[in-house]
Amino acid sequence: MYNILLGGAAGDGIETMSGLLEKMLKQSGCHLFTIRDFMSRVRGGHNFTQIRFGNQPLHAHRDTLDGIFAIDETTYREHHSQLSADGFILCDQALAIDDPRALKLPLKDVAKELENPKVISSVAIGALLKIFNFSLEHATDILKGNLREDLVDINLSALHRGFDLTEPRFDLKPVQTSDHLLVSGNTAIGLGAVAAGIRFYSAYPMSPSTTLLDFFSAQSSSMAIAVEQAEDEIAAINMAIGASYAGATAMTGTSGGGFSLMVEALGFTGIAEIPLVAVDVQRPGPATGFPTRTEQSDLKFVISASQGEFPRLVIALRDHADCFYQTARSIALAKKYQIPVILLSDQYLADSTATIPILDASEIIRFNEPEAVAQTADQPYRRYALTENGISPLRVPGKSEALVRVDSDEHDEWGQITESALLRNQMVEKRMNKLEGLKKELIEPEFWGAHQCQSLLVGFGSTSGAIKEAVDILNQEEKNYGALIFGDIYPLPTERLQHFAAQVMEIINVEQNATGQLAALLREEALICCEHSILKYDGRQLSVDDILTGIKNLKGGF
Amino acid sequence: MNKTAFTTYETAWCPGCGNFAIIETLTGVLNQMDTPPHQVVLVGGIGQAAKTNQYITANGFSGLHGRSLPAAVAIKIANDDLTVIVNTGDGDSYGEGGNHFLHNIRRNVDITHFVHDNQIYGLTKGQPSPTSDPCDLAHKTNTCNMGATFNPLLIAIAAGATFVARSFSGDKTHLAQIMAAAIKHPGYALVDILQPCVSFNKTNTFAYYKQRVKPLDDTYDSTNKLAALEKAMEFGDTIPIGILYQEQAPTYADKRPELFDTVPLIDKSVHLSEVQALINSYI
Repeated sequence: MYNILLGGAAGDGIETMSGLLEKMLKQSGCHLFTIRDFMSRVRGGHNFTQIRFGNQPLHAHRDTLDGIFAIDETTYREHHSQLSADGFILCDQALAIDDPRALKLPLKDVAKELENPKVISSVAIGALLKIFNFSLEHATDILKGNLREDLVDINLSALHRGFDLTEPRFDLKPVQTSDHLLVSGNTAIGLGAVAAGIRFYSAYPMSPSTTLLDFFSAQSSSMAIAVEQAEDEIAAINMAIGASYAGATAMTGTSGGGFSLMVEALGFTGIAEIPLVAVDVQRPGPATGFPTRTEQSDLKFVISASQGEFPRLVIALRDHADCFYQTARSIALAKKYQIPVILLSDQYLADSTATIPILDASEIIRFNEPEAVAQTADQPYRRYALTENGISPLRVPGKSEALVRVDSDEHDEWGQITESALLRNQMVEKRMNKLEGLKKELIEPEFWGAHQCQSLLVGFGSTSGAIKEAVDILNQEEKNYGALIFGDIYPLPTERLQHFAAQVMEIINVEQNATGQLAALLREEALICCEHSILKYDGRQLSVDDILTGIKNLKGGF
Repeated sequence: MNKTAFTTYETAWCPGCGNFAIIETLTGVLNQMDTPPHQVVLVGGIGQAAKTNQYITANGFSGLHGRSLPAAVAIKIANDDLTVIVNTGDGDSYGEGGNHFLHNIRRNVDITHFVHDNQIYGLTKGQPSPTSDPCDLAHKTNTCNMGATFNPLLIAIAAGATFVARSFSGDKTHLAQIMAAAIKHPGYALVDILQPCVSFNKTNTFAYYKQRVKPLDDTYDSTNKLAALEKAMEFGDTIPIGILYQEQAPTYADKRPELFDTVPLIDKSVHLSEVQALINSYI
């Protein structure tokens, strides 16, 4: 298993280079997990991607590097301390990097000879593939599939020139990866929504949710999705609500700042019982915070966002496969219970790419509309018919003679505004009754580690991969560690938590926020206290190494 | 309940409110059309005018204050077979919903927007709205604007609206004509309907409007944008009513023929094999 970093300034083409290299590594028989670390600027500064690859599936990033490709000296300065003793720094020979690990090659000269300085990244890809003892077998197809036609030949030449500049240093036995996809978290959410039949997506561009809008825009014509870039997030969610009312499977996506603008409408979906899925791709707040970085600090916000009381479901996405299957499930549950479902992702998951087993569109959870109740002249359709489970038969306007009347005001069964105390009680109870059914469908947190563990780590969402890998490493010494990683998080499923809480000596919450929001939720919902916390809030995702260090520090540093 | 005709329910409006004439006229216009009630969606935000959909037998969407337009355009996008009509007030449309007003003009989705403009906030009992008359400190009341008055027609024409009209609740014949033309217009149609608020607006009364409104004469060319902009600036001793501006331009749906054909979006589906092929393109 290897870990390399590609770094340069914004505008240097690191993102494009990383995309090509990742595809070549995958075609060469590698599993991958790549994180993207970008500054909120278009040019300059320092950006990097970190590609971890090997011949077994990977679910998180690690800190220690085997290699660095440095476009500039900043990359070296920022990252040389992460580089292992026998690692390499691939860079142009002109860079002032004084390090015995430096592998200085005439990258720029080669690019200049090819008469396009931008192909320096392809020269470097060629060199990197050689260093790890891969061939250029898949290069032509990948370049053809990803570059403008007139750029293919020159980049192919650059690859070959770079390949010939150096010698192999590492050897990796390739595995079969043609049964795997290479996707980012946001792409997987998009694919899940498409599989679940999304017809309408509205959003306002906001990092790190914007690539969702880009995905749906790209698929709009071929997948029959109306995609609307709204004037603001308030419009975005109200559009999605309107489309859903009219019968379209609808979704909106944003980050915390945009979600803040959406909260009144979130309550509207609650009282009007209009199915809606809203994705919050979290970034560090408050306010503008760190626009392009990661955090898990919206949990307590989204579980209580909007005035008043109404049922909602919050699902924290744990990994790329979750992004697909849980997005589809969220659409089904939003329709079944006629509630808002909030998907919590974050920049780390949204922008990272991973190899995962092929997602199966036939495997997703679907909601099959029940047979419509016939309408008679003397009993017109009641959009908010009082039922035992709180679910009223849902119809859409124009598809029958039923008149579908919905309100943000409190209303009677037919959707007429009311101020009746009796109806108010009946409607509040009807809406909240839906939670009883919903709670039966909750998925318990995933358990990972030793079943007889004495130390239990708890986490949610995108820290899943790092927590699991840390537990595996900890258990190599003593089989004492377990972890519960929440996906469904509100309402909080508590059965498995109660079971392990009764067994273990200590519970440690591992969270990407400053206040331990999951720990607070466990106290509130399950009366369970965490003894220790491992928290990180610097905008850079908790790594396996951070968790191991955190555990070590808890043990008094020995 | 008569299933084939639009009828009205009992309302919560003040006796003498201009909304009565508007709802009566609208119901009459709807009954003149071939579209049955279940094919019509009446959308509102919040406010006295926004309650209109509560009182007519049709599909009804009573959304949030200021947010009727985004919901309305999305309803139309989702199901192009529906006739979508927004009824809401000047505060809802131009104040709280100002950003949506501007940008939905650009979208030109085929919906109709009736703004019941009484130049006052009624439901909150008498605060100035964006369209309230201007005043200075010496003449300040609770119901006038110390800032400039918002001119919705001028802004709509400038922003590229394809149907911009004004009418008056006190002239039902005129109102019916304009309403019918607005509903028929392919694209976003704005009708600003002057309407007295008998409870809170003591300036812009029925008599005030009655004296001032003047229908555009036959020589007026509603396709001349510059003339329309000039006409839209007239608001004082004379208030022009009628279609100030109209043009035939591609609608939102016209520009996306691959999504908007004879099958409404909600009835479209994508075969599972196509979805799987998209997924597999990431291998």
